[in-house]
Amino acid sequence: MSEELYKQMAQCIIEGESEVAIELAKKSIELNMHPLETITKGFVVGVNYIGDQFGAGEAFLPELVMAGEAMKAAVAVLEPELLKLGEAREMMGRVVLATVEGDIHEIGKTLVGTMLSASGFEVVDLGVDQSAEKIIGKALEIDAHIIGMSALLTTTMVRQREVIEELDKEGLRPRIKVMVGGAPITRAWVEKIKADGYSEDAVGAVKIAKELVGKADQ
Amino acid sequence: MQPKLLLLDDNLIARILDEAYQLLLKPGIKVNNDEARELLAAAGAQIDPETNVAHIPEQIVRKALATAPREFYLYDLDGNPTVKYGGDAVHFDPGSSGIAMLNPETLEHETTETAHLLKLIKVAEQLPQYDAQSTAVVCHDVPQTIQDSYRLYLALMYSKKPIVTGAFTNKTVIEMIDMLSILAGGKEAAREKPRAIFDVCPAPPLIWSNFGAGNLIELARAGIPAEIVSVPLSGAAAPVTMLGTVTQHTAECLAGITIHQLAKAGSPVVWGGAACIFDMKKGATPMGSVETAMLDCSYAQVAKSLGMPTHAYLGSSDSKLVDAQAGLESGVTAMIGALSGINMISGSGMLDFLSCHSAEKLVIDAEGIAMAQRMLEGVKVLTETLATEFYDKNINFKGGDFLKQRVTMNLFRKEQHMPSNVIDRDSMRDWKKAGSLDTFERAKIMVTNLLASYKRPELDPSKEQLLHAFMLDLCKKAGVESLPVLEEFEPA
Repeated sequence: MSEELYKQMAQCIIEGESEVAIELAKKSIELNMHPLETITKGFVVGVNYIGDQFGAGEAFLPELVMAGEAMKAAVAVLEPELLKLGEAREMMGRVVLATVEGDIHEIGKTLVGTMLSASGFEVVDLGVDQSAEKIIGKALEIDAHIIGMSALLTTTMVRQREVIEELDKEGLRPRIKVMVGGAPITRAWVEKIKADGYSEDAVGAVKIAKELVGKADQ
Repeated sequence: MQPKLLLLDDNLIARILDEAYQLLLKPGIKVNNDEARELLAAAGAQIDPETNVAHIPEQIVRKALATAPREFYLYDLDGNPTVKYGGDAVHFDPGSSGIAMLNPETLEHETTETAHLLKLIKVAEQLPQYDAQSTAVVCHDVPQTIQDSYRLYLALMYSKKPIVTGAFTNKTVIEMIDMLSILAGGKEAAREKPRAIFDVCPAPPLIWSNFGAGNLIELARAGIPAEIVSVPLSGAAAPVTMLGTVTQHTAECLAGITIHQLAKAGSPVVWGGAACIFDMKKGATPMGSVETAMLDCSYAQVAKSLGMPTHAYLGSSDSKLVDAQAGLESGVTAMIGALSGINMISGSGMLDFLSCHSAEKLVIDAEGIAMAQRMLEGVKVLTETLATEFYDKNINFKGGDFLKQRVTMNLFRKEQHMPSNVIDRDSMRDWKKAGSLDTFERAKIMVTNLLASYKRPELDPSKEQLLHAFMLDLCKKAGVESLPVLEEFEPA
C-alpha cells in the first residue's frame, strides 16, 4: 500500500503536480504514515530523479522548477505533522540567498533557492540588488550556515568579494560558508575571492551546499 | 499558417507556362526512346524521324496533367504512409548518388564502398528530420552493372524509411522494381503502398534520353512513383535568365509527365529538379548558391499552379569540408526550400557539387532542417488570451516567475525546438570543460553515438533471404561470385 503511494508521490513531483502532491501528503497523514518517511521515500525520490534527468540533459528548466515547487507544497503539508511528533525533517541548513548590489538578474539564483528548499534547506531569498550589510545582517539574524550570492555581470561580481571581505573582517568565517554563482563566475574567480564553493547550475548548487554543511552523503 | 515564400506572381507563372507550351511545339523535345516517340505519335504529336524531335501539342500535355495524381504517399517498411507528395507538405532526405565520402579524420574524400553507404543509412535512420532515406552513394566494391540495384538492396536491408532512389539503365529499373515487389509481397502490393520513388532525369536542353524516357515508361507501367529531376544550368545548358531556365525546366517536366502518363495514366509522378546556375568563373555547378534555391522556389510555384507534387535539390554545399560555408549554404537553401513548400528536398549531407557525402554533415544539416521545420510551424496561437492570462495574482514582478507556471512546462516544447548536442548553447566555461569543440567535432561524436545505438530493422526472414538471393543472382550475372559480407545478416 505505502509502496504504491510512494511511487505516486515521486511521480507527482516528476510531473510538477503541486495539487496532487498536496493531496497525497494529506492522504499519508490520514493513513498515519510517518511524515519523514513520506518525504524521504516518496517525494524526495521524485526530486532526485528530475535533478538527475536535468543533469543528463533529458529534463528542462520548467520541469525542474515545477518539481521543486511541488516538493515545497508537499513539505508544507507535512511539516506541521513533524512538529507535532516533536521531530523535524532533518534540516540540511539555513541559507541566505541574494543577488549582489547593482545587479537585478536573479533567474538562476531563484532556481537555486527552489532546489535548495526542495532538498531540505531553509532558504531566505532576499531578492536582487542587496548590499553586503543587508546580506550579512540577515545571515546573522537567522543564524545562517550559508550565504549564496549571484551576479550576472562582470561589473557586479566584484561585490561578491566585498561581502566575503566584510565577513572575514567580522570574523564570521568559517562559521558562515559562502557560495557564489552566475554566468561570469569561474573557478579562478572563486579561488581569487576565497569563496567556499560555486556551481554552474541549480542541481550542482544543492550538491555543493550539502558538502559545505558536511552532509554530502544525504 | 504555414509561412510561404513566393517569387513569381500569377501573371509570370502564366507566361512561363505559355512559353513552355510554345517550346514543346517549337523547337520541340528531342526524344531518343523509340517507345516514347511511338506513344507521343499515337497521341497526336508530330515526330521528325530524322532528328527524333517530337512536336507536342498543348492538348496532349493538358490531358496528361489531368490524369497525373495530385497527391500520393510513400510508405515505410511497416506500411505506414510517412511521406506525402502533394500540397505544401515538406520532407527532407539525404542527397543521392555521391561517389565519395569525407573521412572525418583524414579529411580525404574517399571513394565510396558498402561500408560508407551503410554508415550514412544508419545515421539518417535515427534522425527524425529525414523522412526518407536515399541511395546516398555509389558502392564501388560491387560490379558497375549492379551498382544501382545494390544501393537499393542495402537501403531495403538496413532501413524502415521510404527510399528516394534511381536506376542507371532501362534494364536495372525493372530489376529494382522486382526487389521492391519481393519485400512488399508482390507487384500489386508494391504499387499500392510504394516504398520507393525513382529519380529520372531529362538532359538539358529539352532532351529525353533513351534511358530517361525508358525509365519513365517502366515506372509508369509498374505504378511505382517517378520523380522527374530536370537539371537546367542557367547560362550553359539553359538560358542565362532565371525565368528562361524555369521555362525550359517547365517544358522538360511537361514532356516527361506526358510520356509517363501516356505509358500509364494515373501513375504517380513528381515535378522535380536539380536546377542550378552555371558559375561563370569556375565553370562549376554551385548547388549551394542562392540563385539555385531561387530557381527551385520558382519552378515549384509553376508546379503548384498545376497541382503537381514537387521535389528539389537543396540543402547541400559546394565546400570540400564540413565548415562555415557548408553550414551557411546548406542551412539557407534548406530554409528556402521549406518555405517554398517543396514536398521532397534532397541534398542534405552533400559537399563538393553533390559528389561527396558526409555523415557528420548529415547530423549538422538535420539541425538546419529542424530550424526550417520549426519555421514552417509558424507562429502559433496556443492560449486563449495571448498574454493576459499569464499574469495572475501570483506574479510578483520577478524574473523567473514564468518558469513556475504549469503552462510553461506544458507548452515550451511546442514553441521551442530542442536542438541536439551538435548545436552549442553552453556557457563559455561549460564549452571549455567539454573540450572546446567546434561543430564538426561535436558532429563526429554524435555520429559515433548514432552508429553505436543503431539497430537493424527486423525484416520478414523469408523475404529478406529472397531479396538477398535476388541480389546475389544479379551479382553472379555481372560476373562476380559473391557480394560484400554484411553486418547483422546471415545469408541462408
